[in-house]
Amino acid sequence: MAIIPKKHPMPTQDPIVRAKNFNEVALGYDEETVVAEASRCLQCKKEPCREGCPVEVDIPAFIKLAAERDFAGAIKKLKEKNALPAVCGRVCPQENQCEKYCTVGKKNEPVGIGRIERFCADWELANGVLPQQVAEPTGKKVAIIGSGPSSLTCAADLAKLGHQVTIFEALHVAGGVLMYGIPEFRLPKAVVQAEIQNLKKLGVEIQVNAVVGKFATVDQLMEEGGFDAAFIGTGAGLPYFMNIPGENACGVYSANEFLTRTNLMKAYKFPENDTPIRVGRKVAVLGGGNVAMDAARTALRLGAEESWIVYRRSKNELPARHEEAEHAEEEGVKFAFLTSPTKIHYDDNYWVTGMECLRYELGEPDASGRRSPVPIEGSEFMIDVDIVVVAIGQGPNPLVPRTTKGLECNKRGNIIANLETGATSKPGVYAGGDVVTGAATVILAMGAGRTAANSIHAYLSQK
Amino acid sequence: MYKILKKEVLAPTVSLFDIEAPMVAKSAQAGQFVILRTTDEGERIPLTIADFDREKGTITCVFQEVGKTTTELAKFNIGDSLKDFVGPLGEPSHIENFGRVVVIGGGVGVAPIHPIARALKEAGNEVIGIIGARTGELLFWEDKLRSACTELRVTTDDGSYVRQGFVTDVLKEVIEEKGDIALCIAIGPLPMMRAVCNMTKEYNLKTVVSLNSIMVDGTGMCGCCRVSVGGETKFACVDGPEFDGHLVDFAEMARRSVIYKEQEQVAMDQYHQCTCSCGGGK
Repeated sequence: MAIIPKKHPMPTQDPIVRAKNFNEVALGYDEETVVAEASRCLQCKKEPCREGCPVEVDIPAFIKLAAERDFAGAIKKLKEKNALPAVCGRVCPQENQCEKYCTVGKKNEPVGIGRIERFCADWELANGVLPQQVAEPTGKKVAIIGSGPSSLTCAADLAKLGHQVTIFEALHVAGGVLMYGIPEFRLPKAVVQAEIQNLKKLGVEIQVNAVVGKFATVDQLMEEGGFDAAFIGTGAGLPYFMNIPGENACGVYSANEFLTRTNLMKAYKFPENDTPIRVGRKVAVLGGGNVAMDAARTALRLGAEESWIVYRRSKNELPARHEEAEHAEEEGVKFAFLTSPTKIHYDDNYWVTGMECLRYELGEPDASGRRSPVPIEGSEFMIDVDIVVVAIGQGPNPLVPRTTKGLECNKRGNIIANLETGATSKPGVYAGGDVVTGAATVILAMGAGRTAANSIHAYLSQK
Repeated sequence: MYKILKKEVLAPTVSLFDIEAPMVAKSAQAGQFVILRTTDEGERIPLTIADFDREKGTITCVFQEVGKTTTELAKFNIGDSLKDFVGPLGEPSHIENFGRVVVIGGGVGVAPIHPIARALKEAGNEVIGIIGARTGELLFWEDKLRSACTELRVTTDDGSYVRQGFVTDVLKEVIEEKGDIALCIAIGPLPMMRAVCNMTKEYNLKTVVSLNSIMVDGTGMCGCCRVSVGGETKFACVDGPEFDGHLVDFAEMARRSVIYKEQEQVAMDQYHQCTCSCGGGK
């Protein structure tokens, strides 16, 4: 049988329609399509796809089961290694991971591994969750700080091994960046909450409204709270600003604030939901990553007439996933490449009226290997905008590092942890995800959560 | 969780709640704040801690009805529970034996100044308290402040109670009467804190103010509460809420505090409409 050269296309909402609603963009495969796509897998002996998966999913095995329409078996296989398949099937950059190494992909398009994963996870959510095996209780208690992807993975692994796990989350719902950051139209919040409900079924306890470093320190949790080990997965929650004049003007948001108001607080439903947001006529989003794309696409959905990505390098250097930039463009997001702001102008009431920018050209490659942007002298010009969203990156939130005795951090404030084990400078305390690596992807954070869970299990077994 | 154990109406539009929150009460200190939500659709609003009882596991909050959320909150009764309640947030007040200090509470600012006054007095300071309100009926906690301070002076803008004058008028008298004062702490409406700082600058009297900026998460994640202090951008939620008042850019603070004025009006109108026509509003 000849191989179908291309992936079965993912059905999506029409770009014109979806740019005005918050419903999910990608609609997911139906059963016939998923079987057809799963049948493209060669079940090759070398299984190179598995090397590309940070959480070591047995990809050929679950795809084989999906091809045989055994979706219960497929999801069981997935969940042996991945606690959040419905999330990963949606937001993993598969093109740089499993699908990058796919044998089919050498001559044709790779197998749509992520799309098959998503189907299996959604199938389970629709058909009832299968009980997972949990080991006999060990009597050991682990505190998990933060409830983003690294923490959820670490919690699931440890719970399955029989440890008593409590997650402490600062916000009023669990999920971290999956809830406050990634928009509803890319990752429906009901999907995230369904995955979290599955974790609770493993016996994981979740305490929301619990800011570690404030109501109790990590040391207090371990000394007075009876926890035998702790995992810190507090993410990259500290927004960076440009440090240009006018940046505190009304109408300048960090991407975190813009997205948190919209996703977590549902400002798009104002006034039924109480949290407001200001959406201008013309929005400029500074930065070129996935967060910038999310913010620019969110602005359109909130009713902005124009939404611009302002990025100081060119299209080729955009750090965002290709698919995200493409979706943004289809929806009508405009791009100002080789442009960076120098000053934000405002009126007497301190509201943004415009943004002064410089044009850039690409010079020699810098340390990151990308050609570095060089400002063109005398190229100043004004962009007419009334809302600016700064999406140039986030650093680690200092609340936990600052209050934990003996926890070593680097100059940027990231916790120093052994990438092979997740161990920090403090015995019994492990860390992983963005708080260690700086802002990265959901799946890398999950991989770090898995690594730390293995080490914590080993540590507790010896204790 | 987060059950209201006590409710008092302190003045027209000003209410007090004791809220069951043992985790917060255990570690709360003077100067810190909490964030709460009334309902599932609610916004997150910060309130400065007015008192705490570690044994009972309660936090006391005092608030004025200024927008939809606080108006809705005032309708909660004993036995009702808040949807969410998180804290203690922000840095505690810096307490040590400075010598002679002045604490000023204006309007609802009287509530959060109370635990600070008490802590300063316990640390051995001579605490001169000044409390003021627009009019006599808005003034509350005079007794509590009297016992928390070494000496208390009271004033009203309209002279309807005790005397006529702004807290700055009283402050000027105190400064001239007492001479050396090590520190002034002022909590109240922005114009009041600004006026206090303008005056104490002339006397070179170090002044701390507590900023109640608009916030979302309250943990340093969104940057909504940013404020310029001595030319540097600070986050009121994690770097504050207390700052050196002489370095705070009050003009910026004032303009940022009304970012959502239009939306607040929309929310309020809708809320009133709902409470009138369907009678169902909480």
